[in-house]
Amino acid sequence: MRDLKHSKQSYESVMKRRNEIMKSSVGIDYAKFRIGALAYDYEGLLKSTGYTLDKVINIQRQTSVGNTPLVELKNINRLIRKISQPGRGARIFLKDESANPSGSFKDRRASVSVYEAKGRGYPGVAAATSGNYGAAVASQSAKNLLRCIIVQEAFDSRGIAQPEILEKARACEAYGAEVLRLSVGPELFYVFLTVLEETGFFNASLYTPFSVLGIESLGFEIASDVKKRTGKFPEVVVVTHAGGGNVTGTARGLIKAGAHNTEVIGASVDLSGLHMASDRDFNRKSFTTGHTGFGIPFAEWPDRTDVPFNSARPLKYLDRYVTVSQGEVFYITRALAELEGMERGPAGNTSLAAGFAIARDMKSDEILVVQETEYTGAGKHPTAQLNLAKKMGIKVKRGDPAENVPGESIIIPERPEQIRVRDVDLGKLRESYVTRALKNLYKQKKECKKEDIEFLMEDSRANSEMIKRIMNEIFK
Amino acid sequence: MIRKGSWVEIHRIILEPESRAAHIPVDTKKVPLELKARGFLLETSEIGKEVSIGTLAGRVLTGTLIAENPGYEHTFGKPISELLAIGEELKNILRKKSSLKK
Repeated sequence: MRDLKHSKQSYESVMKRRNEIMKSSVGIDYAKFRIGALAYDYEGLLKSTGYTLDKVINIQRQTSVGNTPLVELKNINRLIRKISQPGRGARIFLKDESANPSGSFKDRRASVSVYEAKGRGYPGVAAATSGNYGAAVASQSAKNLLRCIIVQEAFDSRGIAQPEILEKARACEAYGAEVLRLSVGPELFYVFLTVLEETGFFNASLYTPFSVLGIESLGFEIASDVKKRTGKFPEVVVVTHAGGGNVTGTARGLIKAGAHNTEVIGASVDLSGLHMASDRDFNRKSFTTGHTGFGIPFAEWPDRTDVPFNSARPLKYLDRYVTVSQGEVFYITRALAELEGMERGPAGNTSLAAGFAIARDMKSDEILVVQETEYTGAGKHPTAQLNLAKKMGIKVKRGDPAENVPGESIIIPERPEQIRVRDVDLGKLRESYVTRALKNLYKQKKECKKEDIEFLMEDSRANSEMIKRIMNEIFK
Repeated sequence: MIRKGSWVEIHRIILEPESRAAHIPVDTKKVPLELKARGFLLETSEIGKEVSIGTLAGRVLTGTLIAENPGYEHTFGKPISELLAIGEELKNILRKKSSLKK
């Protein structure tokens, strides 16, 4: 093949053009919304797109997105009460997002992005994603007769693919999209940039305002549906957390419905110790999304994305953040199928595993909503994923999930009481975010002004003492 | 021989190890960044030859021809014995009259 090393298409020269490529592919001039060295006019940025909640709902009605069933998990709720202290055990309702056209809540995000792309006359849509979002963008593109390209991180250097991602490639092709399947590595972004530059397609990034505003309808529906059914807003909504968009959009939708006191709890699968850019670790995990490999770095530093300012701000919206293990999620996936007659994909059940444990400590008259499900099928299924794990030498056994070691063992609980959440210290994540933001300023020899401090406080929910203390350490 | 117009898969090295990004894990940096893509073969050719394909998005991509009519081979796989008993165990708890284990 051609030697790309010194050409316009080389890694270095394409990466140098990233800002201009991004600007023309998302059609937003982010610079307009900067109000300080750190500070951004976040609400102004979102508002400038013109997508009010009503408009989003209207767009989604036209593509049969949203209005998914809210299912009370009656048998699981009975089980929770059987294994909880008297008077404890909240009622769990599950928002069955698998009922969306491509089988996940990601249709909500894709619907607004693709609508925007069509309205602005882009010839097609591209997205860098190995998850459900690819199928969602491909499905929405199909509905709008737009061309679509999905770029996936799909297989390791031995050619072994994650079964879940293979299924997603199949789904994308079924919707008529071109799928570029890459081996492991962050240079996927380079390939994605070359695609955007060559095609002039719209970048349906997960981190634009369009993608986040599309999820507000989910939070809004949850709050309104629960209120209609039970006369009150839910006490808790558990959201699977990865890149932060799901948490942000859902929490904003809850607020827009008036559910100001609902606690938003993020949940991720614990993959601590596994490196997300490692060729070896790639197939030592059984979850390709909804895990701490995204959840923690995106909370600590949301602006690690393909756009200058990420519209997903998890620290701003998370009231609590917990993890569960892979084995606990596989267990609850089986329980959902056998006790509720709902066979759904495991990754989407991350928040159900967490919700199951959290509900046990809540009062019996309280309501907890598990905010998504996803479709299941060959590859995207506990058997497929655990067969790969076994093939990779991961020990799969029944036991106490507390003993699970990501990448080495998957422990399937022996009893439902063993499903437990582990709290992630949000204070530490806030500290880490503020430190990084202020260090960046210091390196650029910029001053931290009043508007920057206000922005940091609002964006990370860090208090002024924490910010002042970190400032004194860095700018002393 | 694979005829023009057949649905095929190609493979290409995007970045050789020495051209990969600086800050990536050592194991990843040791191997090339590879691409696989599917589309319609533009000229009759053979496995192992450099070819061009027309993709579903209407683009032309080039690479080494690696498969004719590539399948979707992912499956559910064999049942996982560690999961099989869960349903019955939980139903047994629901059938029991008393609540908390003492």
